[in-house]
Amino acid sequence: MTDLTAKTITELRSGLSAKEFSAEEVTKAYLQSAEDASELNAYVRLTPEHAVEQAKVSDRRIADGSARPLEGIPLGIKDLFCTKGIETNAASKILKDFRPVYESTVTSNLLRDGAVFLGKLNLDEFAMGSSNETSAYGPVINPWRRAGEDTKLSPGGSSGGSSTAVAAHLCAAATATDTGGSIRQPAALTATVGIKPTYGRCSRWGIVAFASSLDQAGPIARDVRDSAIMLTSMAGHDPEDSTSIERPVPDYEKALEGGVKGMKIGIPKEYRLDGMPSEIDELWQKGAKLLEEQGAEIVEVSLPLTKYALPVYYIVAPAEASSNLARYDGVKYGLRVHDDDIHEMYRKTRAEGFGREVQRRLMIGTYVLSAGYYDAYYLRAQKVRKKIANEMASVFQDVDLLLTPSSPSAAFGLGEKSTDPVEMYLNDVFTVTANLAGTPGISLPAGLDGQGLPLGLQLLAPAFGEEQMLRGAYALEEAIGFDAQPSKWWK
Amino acid sequence: MSLDDATVKKVANLARIAIRDEDVPHLKEELNGILGWIEQLQEVDIEGVEAMTSVVETDIPMRTDITADGPTGGGQPENIVANAPKTEDHFFVVPKVVE
Repeated sequence: MTDLTAKTITELRSGLSAKEFSAEEVTKAYLQSAEDASELNAYVRLTPEHAVEQAKVSDRRIADGSARPLEGIPLGIKDLFCTKGIETNAASKILKDFRPVYESTVTSNLLRDGAVFLGKLNLDEFAMGSSNETSAYGPVINPWRRAGEDTKLSPGGSSGGSSTAVAAHLCAAATATDTGGSIRQPAALTATVGIKPTYGRCSRWGIVAFASSLDQAGPIARDVRDSAIMLTSMAGHDPEDSTSIERPVPDYEKALEGGVKGMKIGIPKEYRLDGMPSEIDELWQKGAKLLEEQGAEIVEVSLPLTKYALPVYYIVAPAEASSNLARYDGVKYGLRVHDDDIHEMYRKTRAEGFGREVQRRLMIGTYVLSAGYYDAYYLRAQKVRKKIANEMASVFQDVDLLLTPSSPSAAFGLGEKSTDPVEMYLNDVFTVTANLAGTPGISLPAGLDGQGLPLGLQLLAPAFGEEQMLRGAYALEEAIGFDAQPSKWWK
Repeated sequence: MSLDDATVKKVANLARIAIRDEDVPHLKEELNGILGWIEQLQEVDIEGVEAMTSVVETDIPMRTDITADGPTGGGQPENIVANAPKTEDHFFVVPKVVE
């Protein structure tokens, strides 16, 4: 029998409708592969009974001709999305045993379209991290290894469970979230495709909040087409999220064809960093050349404020987090460490419940918002952010897309970067500007480095430019023809 | 601006995170490392720039003035307290706060 887990959403869709296999068979094949891959630590929780039940519903609908767009497609859900009745912990001890009584809008949309949920995927605690090492469940292991080595590598973060599960074929596609690069960087490190949509494109309702003006949900999938199919289902206006945009959702799959002929694509010169591996620079140039060969006009552009994006982010994101995470106080949900004094109870609960990176960010956030420092840090950062957003908007007056690398390095070993917080933060240097500006970005596999590890290229577009971005990504994907797979050493 | 021991303790208290005295030196070092790196924002000319207040240009929506139904609506105390560590008769139970 063919390996059902090797198929893309597109292939599953046609096989299911032609009744070559059933949704139940596909779901069971994925559950088996997920169980066999427990060493990768991608899932924090599988929900097999739930999944099989959903698959049976899908089979009935396929049989009676009422199949929905994602009918019977098995997905993994980042454990930051609230799923009704199914434990959701955001990889934090402080949300121990938390069982949401409601379903997030994005996962509701996927269920509405017939998707099957296999279980919840690991992540950095509260999505704060770039390596998945801050998870209370321990790190996720990248299915990719350096040639001839068995060193455990990080799958990136914070959506490391999502990227690993997609790359190792433990789900057909996954939900993820991106606050500073948490979809695109892990996608780049695992040879998967990740989309961070325009701010407001997907509802944030029911997603455990990290930094509300930056958080945005999106898919990680195997190829550009699958990511477009996922985004079409995930996106949409939601009255429960006042920042969600009332604007019709196009069928993104229909936007793929058409090529880049006549498009103007910018290469931001400030993204050429000192000390960046030459292989990344070569792949970047190769990507530009491939787009040019297909009729795009390549121009160099300048974004001089680029280097300030990360420092702005590390004021704004912790500030918003310190406010959002104030709700974890041992009263309403999750962990409580008892003390007779209520303030002591708060302090002990939060000390015990939050990991070190989260505590660090909460303290930074509290400090930059505190009396006497607000103007110097937070207000200044929001002004620089405005300048960065204006700079991006003005570049997009001139070009349709920007082409950049997705991350400054290939996958790194666990523990290699976790000692210095600032070094870890630099992982998001190419991705974070899109979060500050609220604009969309996509990362797709571009090639392998000398050690056999995948590297990604990123396309950035102006706000609500997802269609042109996907058209560019699809053309680039076709031209690159990336088809490497990790060896299934964990089986 | 660099944090001293007293400020680290004050910030931890404001963030309601209990820290031990022996944690203060390394926390101070980490926080100062991050703040030192952030300091480069002082170079940027922000004269006359308005602070960013919304990410995507849009009007703030007004909702109709009616009680919501569904998960954000009222009349569901059992759901509200469903995940609380300690409850009694649909109330959250906390240590005594009034002397």
